[in-house]
Amino acid sequence: MKSAAFDYVRPSSLDEVCSHLAKGDDEFEWKILAGGQTLVPLMAMRLARPTHLIDINRIDALQGVDITVERVVIGAATRQRVLERTPGLDKALPLLAKALPHVGHIQTRNRGTIGGSIAHADSSAEIPLVTLVLDGAVTLKRSAGERVVAIGDLFLGPMETTIQPDELMVSIELPVWNPPVGHGIGAGFHEMAPRKGDFAIASAAAQIELDADGVCIRAAIGVGGCAPTPLKLATAEAALIGHTPDEARIADAVLTANDQIDPESTLQANADYRRRVCPELAKRAILDAVADAKTAKTKAAS
Amino acid sequence: MSPMPITITVNGRERRADASPRMTLIDFLRDTLGLTGSHIGCEHGVCGACSVLLDGEPIRACLMFAVQTDGLSITTVEGLANESGELNAIQDAFWETHALQCGYCTPGMLIAAQALLAENNNPSDAEIREAISGNLCRCTGYQQIVDAIKLAATTLSTERANA
Repeated sequence: MKSAAFDYVRPSSLDEVCSHLAKGDDEFEWKILAGGQTLVPLMAMRLARPTHLIDINRIDALQGVDITVERVVIGAATRQRVLERTPGLDKALPLLAKALPHVGHIQTRNRGTIGGSIAHADSSAEIPLVTLVLDGAVTLKRSAGERVVAIGDLFLGPMETTIQPDELMVSIELPVWNPPVGHGIGAGFHEMAPRKGDFAIASAAAQIELDADGVCIRAAIGVGGCAPTPLKLATAEAALIGHTPDEARIADAVLTANDQIDPESTLQANADYRRRVCPELAKRAILDAVADAKTAKTKAAS
Repeated sequence: MSPMPITITVNGRERRADASPRMTLIDFLRDTLGLTGSHIGCEHGVCGACSVLLDGEPIRACLMFAVQTDGLSITTVEGLANESGELNAIQDAFWETHALQCGYCTPGMLIAAQALLAENNNPSDAEIREAISGNLCRCTGYQQIVDAIKLAATTLSTERANA
């Protein structure tokens, strides 16, 4: 369980990182070391053998959380624990605030980064799912310039993304929902794991906005661990929007997910089990989100 | 790939040594510095036996390379007792409530408890279980460990009240 040998650099600027990344070729793999909570185990198991590691942990430009009325911008190397403890996160991004405590353990969240979790694109990981569901986008930088990619266009499969080998993720941007007075927003996150903090067998995330009459006017719903990538359940969202989300309607809405999910069998759970768990978790997440949104609506009214 | 010089503060003492980039922090602490209190279990971030405090926050020392810690400050289980070797309140509570049997997970559990009680004077059972959820114990089970951390919280509150 020891990594293969590699060379190590710790640049202090983004340009330096990009110029290192540009050196990669067939012979030498330059890889970014952020929190190391996924990469280092992969290296210990020799599933990854980069020849060069670029440590981005001391680059200030990659750290920090900026919450505005319209959006939240998170530096890609911001620690999960730092984000979890950021005041106002629960108001701006209730779904992300609910999901973060499910990410690994305190020890891993103290090192693990938001960008690292997205870049590793684990279908059962919480941060890829939530950022997908909330229509997030990432900014990727290479020596030649920057581009912004929607999270929906990022994931190709397990551990596989459209990020190019010479690109560095700089930041993640997530839209903030701003409900008019009288409306309420709520979020729900559920996952099933053998032990708390383990890789989830399946997970579900939902953020819902209700208007003053309790009608759902905005919905963001998705599931993880049920396909090679996390999934946004657009049909379930559409089935709720414009309606009062009671339990029967929610149950019907999540059943539309059956067409989208394509689970694998693993040691912990076979595909059939995941097929049964996935809609149930989605239902629970939506029920929580609706209950939260109702409470928020009442508070706003009083 | 050749060794790089690093300087880190471990338990309040500045230490300088060379480390190959691939050497993990836990191997550096144990093999290079001779601090064998922190244990190695799984070596891939699952068991928590190698937990140490990095600038006060608990982390897994098997998931950092030693070269990454250049200029940073580490506290290991050896740094919990005071200079004369007297156990601190948490260590004493583990002893008192029989919160260890084989002792393999203990350094990691102590570090997790230390981090929890540094920011929460009076943790609930749920908060204690959350704090040690990243640490696996295979013999005493977790109940006595939870009891120990509760006892330590009480002891520390009493000490603070008397101070």
